[in-house]
Amino acid sequence: MTQPLVEARDLTKKFGDFVAVDSIDFEIHKGESFGFLGPNGAGKTSTMKMITTVSPITDGHLRVFGIDPTVDGRSIRQRIGVVPQEDNLDLELTVAENLYIYGRYHDMTRPEIEPKIDELLEFAQLAERRDSKVEPLSGGMKRRLIIARALINEPDLIILDEPTTGLDPQARHLLWDRLYRLKREGATLIITTHYMDEAEQLCDRLVVMDNGKIVAGGSPRQLISEYAPREVVELRFQDGQKDEAVLKMEGVANRSEVLADRVLLYTDDADETQRTMHERGIQPEQVLVRRSTLEDVFLRLTGRGLID
Amino acid sequence: MTTLSRSLRYAESEVIAYRRTWRGTVITSFVNPILFLAAMGAGLGSLVDDGTGNLAIPYLVFVASGLMAATAMQNGAGDGSFPVMAGVLWRKNFHGTITTPLGPEDIIWGRLIWGLARLTFVLGVFAVIAVLFGAMDLAPALLAIPPSVLTGIAFTACITAWTLTQEDGRSLSTLFRFLIVPLFLFSGTFFPISQLPGFLEPVAYVTPLFHGVEAVRKIALPGVDETIVTSLPLWVHIVYLVVMAAVGVYLSIRILDRRIRP
Repeated sequence: MTQPLVEARDLTKKFGDFVAVDSIDFEIHKGESFGFLGPNGAGKTSTMKMITTVSPITDGHLRVFGIDPTVDGRSIRQRIGVVPQEDNLDLELTVAENLYIYGRYHDMTRPEIEPKIDELLEFAQLAERRDSKVEPLSGGMKRRLIIARALINEPDLIILDEPTTGLDPQARHLLWDRLYRLKREGATLIITTHYMDEAEQLCDRLVVMDNGKIVAGGSPRQLISEYAPREVVELRFQDGQKDEAVLKMEGVANRSEVLADRVLLYTDDADETQRTMHERGIQPEQVLVRRSTLEDVFLRLTGRGLID
Repeated sequence: MTTLSRSLRYAESEVIAYRRTWRGTVITSFVNPILFLAAMGAGLGSLVDDGTGNLAIPYLVFVASGLMAATAMQNGAGDGSFPVMAGVLWRKNFHGTITTPLGPEDIIWGRLIWGLARLTFVLGVFAVIAVLFGAMDLAPALLAIPPSVLTGIAFTACITAWTLTQEDGRSLSTLFRFLIVPLFLFSGTFFPISQLPGFLEPVAYVTPLFHGVEAVRKIALPGVDETIVTSLPLWVHIVYLVVMAAVGVYLSIRILDRRIRP
């Protein structure tokens, strides 16, 4: 088997007494699209910062391209592209200049950078904004520019920390489309997200993080089939009727989660579950049947929702 | 890439940004010296020189040499404060830069290289205007540039380090109000520090702009007597400023590293 691009064993990050990343193991291989799914504060960003060598590891073993980040972070950074959680474009520069300076930081010459800028602006659908300032760009455009910037050095590994957080649905889909294209072209991606749909769409394999630990891992499909029955019946009740109804639900489904605003019934056969409910006289105000998602996996693993 | 070439890459990004903003700053660099030399040198100076002033040189010459160091301080302090806060907090471009092969040390050195170029330009303009005003001869005016630039860089370095310890931008204007302005007024720029009340004179000796002003006058106006400058040897001032710059750079790199590479 070829050497993994990223290899972590017992990787740990502490800030004082606070353990942000608690002895995690993972391997990421070439051509793979690997996700870290978890709520805010799970340790995803700290893990990304260690991989991108901008945060020293506290303990454990980490290799990126086989290189130890504490020994030679610069060589690692030469070969990666980073899309940070927060926009950090240079607002004093134009769209094209933002790409240009990152090319220069990566030791490229102007003749090498110029054609790359055209290509990347085309890819990011920003060609018409080439000479405009960064400030007036929409949130989605800024994100696409940051992705283009991360690609200027033709990285072997692209790291995206919460790439679509804060974007409207349309902008998110456009961005996913671009990332999907990168993936199809064989890029290796690491993506952190707290959106399960994003993880389902983009990740071949992912780990679920909670409180600094990896609590499960696998492909989205594997995780869903392992941790959540096929279908979910979501019930909403009128005020005050929920508790009474919950008492009658024993055995109608494989498993149930009682949330503040609704009850989730996990089942292999939603029709059967609904029939049983009806027989027992459970009368929800609203019923929604859907397929299980990663959010259900997460709920099962941690007892909490992804977005608190 | 070596540290120098990486720092130059960073400085290059500042140059590109400056191509957009130079107009505003150039006007300040031309207008400020004209205003100061006209008001302080020609205006106030005519009063001073007519009175019982015991300066061995015309007041205009005295104040022009002091103002070069003071201008360097103001520009240097400006360079070490707001743009640094922008990079680390407001725009966070430093955070992005360190995900490339560049590191915190390259940002600090790159900013200083750029600061050096800008200070040289600003002080060059000042020197030319001082010559046109008749405040300085050409040779002393040119000689005054290097010690002024050193003064400016020493301020850039130390104020960069201090700015990097600040959580928000409010403290930056406090810095100018309570440190830069008093230094500007009481470091021998407008009157010899021997005129200060006795207990304040030793205080002036430890403040940085005093050393900048003294260095400029001792280099640009050789042979002036102790009505103008103190009897401290020139090297004391130079060592003071070089040490200040070196400590500032060392701390800036350290503090920036801790701050953006937690």
